Amino acid sequence: MNYRIKSIIPQLLTLLFVLAVIGFFTINAQLNMEERGIDFGYGFLNQESSFDVQFSLIEYDGSHSYAKAYLVGLLNTILVSVLGIIFCTIIGVIVGIARLSPNYLIRNTAAWYVEFFRNVPLLLQIFFWYYAALRALPLPENTEPLFGVTYLTVKGYYIPRLLWENFDIFIYSILASIISIVFIRNYARKLQEEKGQQLPVLLISVGLLLIFPAITFITGMVQLDVTFPVLKQLSKTSFIYAEGISVPPELIALVLALSLYTATFVAECVRAGIQGISKGQKEAAASVGLTPNQILKLVIMPQALRIIIPPTTNQYLNLTKNSSLAAAIAYPDLVLVFAGTALMQTGRAIEIVSITMLTYLTLSLSISILMNWYNKKIAIKEK
Amino acid sequence: MLRTLKALVYLLTSIALLVSFETSAFAKKSKTLKKTQKMGFVRCGVSQGLPGFSNADASGNWTGVDVDLCRAVAAATLGDSGKVKFFPLSAKERFTALTSGEIDVLSRNTTWTLSRDADIGLTFVGVNFYDGQGFMVRKSSGITSVNQFKAGVSACTNLGTTTELNMRDFFNSKGIKYEPVTFEKADEVVAAYDAGRCDTYTTDKSGLAAQRIKLSKPNDHIVLPETISKEPLGPVVRQGDPVWEDIVRWSLNVMIEAEEYGITSANADSMKSSENPAVKRLVGAEGELGAAFGLDNDWSLRIIKQVGNYGESYKRNIADTGILPDRGPNQLWTKGGILYVPPAR
Repeated sequence: MNYRIKSIIPQLLTLLFVLAVIGFFTINAQLNMEERGIDFGYGFLNQESSFDVQFSLIEYDGSHSYAKAYLVGLLNTILVSVLGIIFCTIIGVIVGIARLSPNYLIRNTAAWYVEFFRNVPLLLQIFFWYYAALRALPLPENTEPLFGVTYLTVKGYYIPRLLWENFDIFIYSILASIISIVFIRNYARKLQEEKGQQLPVLLISVGLLLIFPAITFITGMVQLDVTFPVLKQLSKTSFIYAEGISVPPELIALVLALSLYTATFVAECVRAGIQGISKGQKEAAASVGLTPNQILKLVIMPQALRIIIPPTTNQYLNLTKNSSLAAAIAYPDLVLVFAGTALMQTGRAIEIVSITMLTYLTLSLSISILMNWYNKKIAIKEK
Repeated sequence: MLRTLKALVYLLTSIALLVSFETSAFAKKSKTLKKTQKMGFVRCGVSQGLPGFSNADASGNWTGVDVDLCRAVAAATLGDSGKVKFFPLSAKERFTALTSGEIDVLSRNTTWTLSRDADIGLTFVGVNFYDGQGFMVRKSSGITSVNQFKAGVSACTNLGTTTELNMRDFFNSKGIKYEPVTFEKADEVVAAYDAGRCDTYTTDKSGLAAQRIKLSKPNDHIVLPETISKEPLGPVVRQGDPVWEDIVRWSLNVMIEAEEYGITSANADSMKSSENPAVKRLVGAEGELGAAFGLDNDWSLRIIKQVGNYGESYKRNIADTGILPDRGPNQLWTKGGILYVPPAR
């Protein structure tokens, strides 16, 4: 009893202290705002924003509300984070494996890449890609096409626009093929465990992914049209490509900088993961007659992933949070659109900053939950 | 016993009365003024570098008409126009810096609008430059009027400014789809425009004139003649300190009125013996204008002597630097402009 009270008192005191600090700041902010005639409330979110945004994934212009502007910024942040995570994973895995290559040139190139990119501040890298690298691109009228139909210019990367008819049916067909792939995989595993037979799961999966959407095209349920970028003259010396989609150079610079920077850390995680598996595992697997491919897939990777996933999760979180540096190069992410322009136009600093902080918290927690779930899935299951 | 109690009550009431008189006599003195005098410098928010308005040279000396306003406030309140600490702020940071109490005067080419004045705990005290938004384009583009812009035009500008809103109103009224590219710092906007990222650079015309000098080839660019908005730029203070507000307002007004009466930094002292009572009031030889703010009577004389009148400030910072040699609307009302301030009396 005595012991319990003793252990509770410090906790209670800490709790009270934390509450008092929060309370102090809240009351202080309230008093100051009252004194300066600033009112507090989230009603402004429904007001017309009356500013435009350069690049948006959803339909938006200044006649929409601040809430919609928030959504535009959020989606742009998610876009850049998702692209960054995909690219940094690909580059990171390649470089991580390359660092263990027996080839001197490959091994050292990878090492130099890692040491260079992780030791230069990220903001500088973003500026480099935006102001130095992309600025060297030609003006639209002097651009040679890339892959025949796309144009990489100083004003952006112009790509063909896809015009879908019944796009939703196409999405459903993809979903249907994914669900059937999951079923096939489970069936294949059961077959393997019970009868020792093996199914060519990969081939079947690829086939399914192609067949379902193909059916929707053949039956005419889904139609696809493509419009190509065409050069349009705005004035005597100013041109753009109209009709297609323009990927702003800001997005390209940001994704490049974020993925190249974060990939160095992912590469180190991958290298650590692979090196963390003892040599004996590989030799034992080889001695029971597994092929090198099977050794990597069935013995090394499942164990290495357990080492790789937790630190890589951190890198994904870092990348998401670092994407807020976008504001430095005019990419309209959450910070620039909402905590920048919207904050300036409404002057509601406390409201907007609190929403922005909560949003980043939610984004990071979602990534954490997802990665923890995956980590648990691949963890050793004691039988 | 009762007697001593009575005496005590008398004593206490007389002390209370005395104290209340004391405080009412000092109520005129503003909290911000007291703090400023205690610190020994005026905390002034300026731009991160806009020639003519607020710009620091290589050795960190600030010049510009916005800077001169802060120097005037320092001359009035501290007796020395040099006692100013400048805080370079981006457009995005400026209001938060003021409302949070990091600075006491914001003199940063800031447009006076209803929502800014009424909504966010700020008070605009006057106008020290009448401006309007314009567009700059490359000469080679052949564009000579805003009517020649076509759909797809990309426009570079600063984040968090009225420019962003005006731009939308303008292009919408013309029915033109445009691409806004907004940067936080003016230098970044200039760099992006210079590199060809944008077809046009839009901001206040004075800003365009000033930034044009920073471009790699200034003569390859022109500012289009049209003005698409009203941009009255002026100093801002925090809401809630009316006396401080008055000090800043009248520091500006004194500079403009001094020009009206022909008082300059050179002749201010000799004006003390002027025949005109309005002139004598401005140089502190008559009346007690400073007392209303809790300042001495020489406050306005110090402004004129140390900083100069508005015309001197304009000439030194904007005309002689080649930014806008023509004063346009920023001329005195007596000379065809719209500078008109209430009388200092």
